[in-house]
Amino acid sequence: MSSSVSVAIAKRVAAHLTDGEIVNLGIGIPTLVADHLPDGVDVVLQTENGMLGVGPTPTDDAIDPNLVNAGKLPVSELPGASYFASSASFGMIRGAHVDTAILGALQLDGQGRIANWSIPGKPILGVGGAMDLLVGARRVIAATTHLAKDGSQKIVAETAFPLTADRPVDLIVTEHATFAVRDGGLVLIDVAEGSSVEWIEENTGAAFTVALESAAGAPQEAVR
Amino acid sequence: MVSVCSPAEALAHVQPGDTVMVGGFGLVGAPLTLIAALLEADGARDLTIVSNNLGEPGRGLGKLLPARRVRKAIGSYFTSNREVVEAHLRGEIEVELLPQGTLAESIRAGGAGIGAFYVRTGAGTLLAEGKEERIIDGERYLLQFPLKGDVALIRAHKADKLGNLAYLKTARNFNPDMATAAKTVIAEVDEIVEVGELSPEEIATPHLFVDHLVRSEGVSA
Repeated sequence: MSSSVSVAIAKRVAAHLTDGEIVNLGIGIPTLVADHLPDGVDVVLQTENGMLGVGPTPTDDAIDPNLVNAGKLPVSELPGASYFASSASFGMIRGAHVDTAILGALQLDGQGRIANWSIPGKPILGVGGAMDLLVGARRVIAATTHLAKDGSQKIVAETAFPLTADRPVDLIVTEHATFAVRDGGLVLIDVAEGSSVEWIEENTGAAFTVALESAAGAPQEAVR
Repeated sequence: MVSVCSPAEALAHVQPGDTVMVGGFGLVGAPLTLIAALLEADGARDLTIVSNNLGEPGRGLGKLLPARRVRKAIGSYFTSNREVVEAHLRGEIEVELLPQGTLAESIRAGGAGIGAFYVRTGAGTLLAEGKEERIIDGERYLLQFPLKGDVALIRAHKADKLGNLAYLKTARNFNPDMATAAKTVIAEVDEIVEVGELSPEEIATPHLFVDHLVRSEGVSA
């Protein structure tokens, strides 16, 4: 999952994080965000399987089978880390003690609501912690490719897949665009270098307004 | 009083139709020695399994499925075991999907004498179907009932001879919650030490919750 597009998305997401935030990373592209934080920005990672203070991927000889993240991948322990039971972990999440959750998406609708847990007719039978994170995190960022692998649009007026929550995300970041969700609608606030408002209009199925912001220090990634 | 016993002796407590809670997040913190013994237990039929996942194909709890021991699975994420999804689509097992936090809190509530609770998670989604909804402070909440087990199979690192348990890192996950929520609690541990050797501060599950201790036989997934 560490293609150049995924890395570009991860960097664009990372530019929205502030120093000291408590952040929960979903599986896939969100996992890459930790490796692409801007200089001077350090966040504290929470993982819903019961750990605060998640460190980077260990070297092969330092892998501990009892130390994994929510994607079941080996991680390490930073100074100040702590472990807790699942009920306490989700208490943190639902109780709004996690500042930012970064989640992948199958689709997003015109209100910024996310569908990322089920595809009708496909043998997918799992929701994990996605619904809890959407309900409880103070801010939710969706990190996704602009289009699906088959070229279909992922940001659509109405999702074909079941929603993960009635709460919209706060920010949608793709390799082309960043949308803020404001007053129940999408606002294009940033266009990636190498992309254009025209491309985004052609490839986005949901209505949006345009109010570009100067990317304060945000690294602009060329799309390849 | 806790008893130290073999996996087979411990699993003799499982009766047909029982609800069995099994700790672990995937295979991490899963009681693999107890799961292997469960496959051999006479009473392990027609079970309702409460666990975040049902292992992976042929690994961990995934072994129970081809052996036709599971009537119903309650958990949050079965996608990692395709066989569960296929068995469900064929109508061979019943599946109850809960958001992971609702699963954990239901187990906690089951062990803590809570009759039911309201939770925001899942409101307005497909998983709200059939659940009572209530607006609290302008937000939608779902009524959720607790989960209780006849037996819990849990995994810890160390026990003392009273049954106090200490866990390792993220292998803790659902284990301490499940230790509170079943009539009979069987803990698989790496090591059993004398009373007093565990620091009171490191004991995450006090011994009053634990009935039987089994030494891990290092069964791999």
